[in-house]
Amino acid sequence: MPDTRNITLTVNGEPMAAQVETRVHLADFLRQDARLTGTHLGCEHGVCGSCTVIVDGEAVRSCLMLAVQADGKSVTTIEGLADEDGMHPVQRAFQDNHGLQCGFCTPGMVMTLTAYLGENGEPDDRDIREAISGNMCRCTGYQGIVAAGLQAAEELRGGI
Amino acid sequence: MKPAPFTYHDPTTVSELVSLLGSLEDARLLAGGQSLMAMLNLRLAQPEHLVDLNTVAGMDGIEASATGLRVGSMVRQATLLKNAGPNTGIPVVGEALRWVGHFQTRTRGTIGGSLSHLDPAAELPAVSLLHDAELTVEGPQGVRRVPMREWPRGYMTPNVGEHEVLTSIEFRYWDEPHGYAFEEFARRHGDFALVAVGALLAVSDGVITRAAVAIAGATPTPARLDEAEKALVGQAARPDTFRSAANIVRQREAMSDAYTDARYRQRLAGVLTERVLMKAASRAAETEEDR
Repeated sequence: MPDTRNITLTVNGEPMAAQVETRVHLADFLRQDARLTGTHLGCEHGVCGSCTVIVDGEAVRSCLMLAVQADGKSVTTIEGLADEDGMHPVQRAFQDNHGLQCGFCTPGMVMTLTAYLGENGEPDDRDIREAISGNMCRCTGYQGIVAAGLQAAEELRGGI
Repeated sequence: MKPAPFTYHDPTTVSELVSLLGSLEDARLLAGGQSLMAMLNLRLAQPEHLVDLNTVAGMDGIEASATGLRVGSMVRQATLLKNAGPNTGIPVVGEALRWVGHFQTRTRGTIGGSLSHLDPAAELPAVSLLHDAELTVEGPQGVRRVPMREWPRGYMTPNVGEHEVLTSIEFRYWDEPHGYAFEEFARRHGDFALVAVGALLAVSDGVITRAAVAIAGATPTPARLDEAEKALVGQAARPDTFRSAANIVRQREAMSDAYTDARYRQRLAGVLTERVLMKAASRAAETEEDR
């Protein structure tokens, strides 16, 4: 008999109820139960940062959190960033600065920077590098991502 | 899904937690999950029972007293970081926390989880040693208080029984004005330290009156560097004093592993010791000027 629990949570603003096996981590729940495959899974042991999502306003690695622990919480994934006016400033900055090539790390990078910029309005180059130090990218060489982070910060401050 | 099947428990009070711990065999405690979840995903850990501490009320308080700062074991590293700034009495904890993982892991990772996992390279056990922290452990047999020096029992083995749980930790303030510093070297920011060193230094009229130096990453357990501390106290707060203390640290045995060999760790231990002592002394001089 699998050990299951009923959970209710908010995913990208939408309420959701589900029965989950307690050993399922949040990333698998988002991908397989919520059918939101924008959250990527790279290493599944907390190193690569691909699965980063925002839970109650804070960036977390969704492979290191059980779905059952998201009960009652509000989760934002990459699918929840854009609104009717278009892409989120962080997403647009990635496009403008060639911050992605294959795109595998991108959702984790974007969610990481979105959460980071929410708390740190005036980062410099070094701050951005530290913020994304927990996210691995094998294509870009990071320069475009850092540039995207700086542009998004400026835009979110109202500078652009 | 990655973890092997387990039965999940979500107690809501410390007493419920303690009675649960007394009744379960082969249980693991889930704090922030930044190490245990990875071990579960890799099936390096396959416990019969998983007890979630995140649902237990009252384990995430922070309380300052005249003698120290008591921190619940479930306080997130990100929260502790906000409470360990320059004027909190434990700024070295804040300086060390910047090296702990990444900001996305500090949002979940806890002080108690780090102390109980007791990775030899972890920063928080080292700064807990610097502040002579006192740990409160609860279990079916009652409450125990363990001085941080007696906490590490061996490689990744804390002084906590199978049916016990670390509930809080109290960092002891230093009465003397002092300088502090924490430095480490890792291949990539946020990786485990190859070696990390922290220091607290009280200086009066140019003479070192009290010193605490702790190291992580070099040996299977974090340690206070008593010999180096003895070589510092009573001496002038000068570069040559720091160099002799660093030489003592460099002589200590260090471990070799897949990342690097013992000789390099010893060299790092010496370099980092000298560096933190210089920085701590210059900060101590600033606090002296302020008075």
